[in-house]
Amino acid sequence: MNPDEQLYDEQVVRPYVISRGRTEARANLDLISLAVAIRQPTGLEVGLDPEHLAIVRLCRRPLSVAEIAAALDLPAGTVRVLLGDLLDSGFVAVQDPQPEVDVLDERMYRAVLDGLRAL
Amino acid sequence: MASVPSDKPRMPTPVKLLIAGGFGVGKTTMVGAVSEIKPLRTEEVLTDRSVGVDDLSGVERKTTTTVAMDFGRISVGDDYVLYLFGTPGQERFWFVWDELARGALGAVVLADTRRLSDCFPSVDYFERRGTPFVVAVNCFEGAPVYDLAEVKLALSLPPDIPVLLCDARRRASGKEVLITLVQHAYSRRPVAKV
Repeated sequence: MNPDEQLYDEQVVRPYVISRGRTEARANLDLISLAVAIRQPTGLEVGLDPEHLAIVRLCRRPLSVAEIAAALDLPAGTVRVLLGDLLDSGFVAVQDPQPEVDVLDERMYRAVLDGLRAL
Repeated sequence: MASVPSDKPRMPTPVKLLIAGGFGVGKTTMVGAVSEIKPLRTEEVLTDRSVGVDDLSGVERKTTTTVAMDFGRISVGDDYVLYLFGTPGQERFWFVWDELARGALGAVVLADTRRLSDCFPSVDYFERRGTPFVVAVNCFEGAPVYDLAEVKLALSLPPDIPVLLCDARRRASGKEVLITLVQHAYSRRPVAKV
């Protein structure tokens, strides 16, 4: 963690410090893209911050970007950046929502309707 | 899982539904009524520059805004998981709506007959964007009761847009609204490309 962090106003600067100034993740993750841990860190990895490790711990089961952000109290954009790192380093796998053009899939409508009726 | 698979593990596909409407109309209440988790809040920190531009030049001129969104989750079988997002009420957050609406299956526009005009911006937005939507009139106690046809007329909605009464606090009612929405979205889906 950057020791300079404490010099800044936590509320405003912290998300950008955590993401090391990056505002755009390489992976174009949606708020509902799901992430699941596929490898557990040994704790000796270089370049993983506590927030990265917290995400891997959380994602023992698939969780959306929005859920991770809520659980860690981080802005969604920061979580996108961190997930991008974890995706690159092979700690998580990601499932994106269906692309808009595929919202024609009849199977999906049927499954969603069945699921809602069972509520 | 017995062993760690080397390839991508099986995961459900996430599907997004939106709950829109004016401030205080019951969006988060409805999310909470049908969600399997307590509604969560996520925040997007936005700048005055367009989203998606990976350019940090001029960073000193950026103003940032935090937009909070409440959301819930409904697992439907093993293959899909629904996420319900309450849209941020203020109209100056249209750009958040654009992100939320991208890929969304459809939207519920919640209306309150005491302040019907509060839902006009949501109706306009989804009509313009082509997102399938239904209008659900939240029945607040003491609110004037109108005939659904009157509400439809007042909103000048096309005849094919479903309008229904609901009680945003009740799970059964929220469920009925969502089923109506998904059925409507299904009937409205574009014809598959060959």
